[in-house]
Amino acid sequence: MTDTSVAGYAAGDTRSKPNFKRLGSALLPWALPIVLLVVWEIAARTGLVTARLMPAPTTVAAAFWKSLLNGSLIVHTLASTQRALIGLAIGGGLGFIAGVVNGLWKPAETLLDSTLQMVRNIPHLALIPLVILWFGIDETAKIFLVSIGVFFPIYINTFYGVRTIDPQLVEMASVYGLDRKALITRIILPGALPSILVGLRYALGFMWLTLIVAETISATSGIGYMTMNAREFLQTDVVLLGIIVYALLGKLADVATRAIEKRVLVWHPAYQGGQEGGR
Amino acid sequence: MSAADFYVPESEAGLPISLSRVGKTFGKLSVLGNFNLDVPAGQFLAVVGRSGGGKSTLMRLIAGLDTPSSGRVAIGGRTVERLHPSVRLLFQEARLVPWQRVGENVGIARGADWQEKARRTLADVGLDDRENDWPSVLSGGQRQRVALARALVSEPQILLLDEPFGALDALTRIEMHRLLERIWTERGFTTVLITHDVAEAVALADRVVVLSGGAISLDIAVDLDRPRRELADPRAVDLQRQILEAV
Repeated sequence: MTDTSVAGYAAGDTRSKPNFKRLGSALLPWALPIVLLVVWEIAARTGLVTARLMPAPTTVAAAFWKSLLNGSLIVHTLASTQRALIGLAIGGGLGFIAGVVNGLWKPAETLLDSTLQMVRNIPHLALIPLVILWFGIDETAKIFLVSIGVFFPIYINTFYGVRTIDPQLVEMASVYGLDRKALITRIILPGALPSILVGLRYALGFMWLTLIVAETISATSGIGYMTMNAREFLQTDVVLLGIIVYALLGKLADVATRAIEKRVLVWHPAYQGGQEGGR
Repeated sequence: MSAADFYVPESEAGLPISLSRVGKTFGKLSVLGNFNLDVPAGQFLAVVGRSGGGKSTLMRLIAGLDTPSSGRVAIGGRTVERLHPSVRLLFQEARLVPWQRVGENVGIARGADWQEKARRTLADVGLDDRENDWPSVLSGGQRQRVALARALVSEPQILLLDEPFGALDALTRIEMHRLLERIWTERGFTTVLITHDVAEAVALADRVVVLSGGAISLDIAVDLDRPRRELADPRAVDLQRQILEAV
């Protein structure tokens, strides 16, 4: 086997390589964060930064351990995740449906698209005061905001994906007698999938962003509430912990999308790097 | 259900194609005018001409992808109004669906036993055991073989070929010619091959029609023995010369 796996897609193809090389490339992305943590710890310990404004990583770790033991971290993380996923399901589902319908059916596009493009340009976080007036500060308000936040990236990318299907493939499908349902499920949707997944990745970013803002403004649970509450009591370590949890949740969402991409886009040449040698 | 089973198509007959006083205009541009052509059942017809001479329009009219501005296109005596289920079209590009495996591409219309039929047809075009590959790993010639298998799997009575070998290298093209000639001889469907390659037309067809300016400028029979292996057959060379003069 030659060294063709540098592109990074060929994780399964590296069996015959020296182990230390694999280990090295696996650890390399973590080098910078680790160095930063060490520098930060030293700076906090030596009093270079005020511990009240920027507590040491070990203090944050202690806060993590404490909130894990008393269960509050899990409760808040679950509350946030639940809101995020419900909002994603509603907003993403509607965005997907609108994208497919507008992409396939010209009258729907004429009717809806210019309105949607107009609404899209309103920063959805600017709706917070209005949303609080409408829904108060209960769950509905936050789920509503998340739904709006994820709707547009999914809508736009689904619409684009459906619209940019190769017309030659569509013509081929009709010559070969595919009916409309088969055309949509076998040609159009799978062809739009790479674009839809790009939309999903953007949507996940918007999902956490919206949720953080919504939770810091009005909530009685969730990571955003936890950090705002900690700010009241000057628990900077808990604030930092909240930020780190958000970062981890964001990373987790990204890893999940990549896994989905790798699974559903196996046909794509970009994802086939490691397969050839294995067969 | 073993691989050794000889594949016998259910229907061997081709259908006749008839175009009478067909005109086709795009806006003010007239591509075909008062065009007449009869293709008997089972004939292998090659249509040669320069680009823009109306070849592809002719193909699309027969396939039912376009409707004539005037006149009548008939298949098996019936006027073509939409896509005919026994007509299959091989495009210039293979047009395989990248996210469907080779076997799924061949059985694109699904239907009863599509997997088994796809497997047998793939074996028939020389692609045994490739049904689980992705199209992206195939070469240009293999992709056209898959496209050919996809056209043949439904046992069409008319096969239309729109310069399907134009993008292939010379050796692969000759392989494809032999493959197509063999399958056509076995199955007997009516074939219309659009090409700008005069040698290809003479190597494959029973009859060559030269299309220029939307009208037939030469209609000539190619009465050479099959299978045609003699590339330098003097009769073939003479036919090629006549055709080239008419193009």
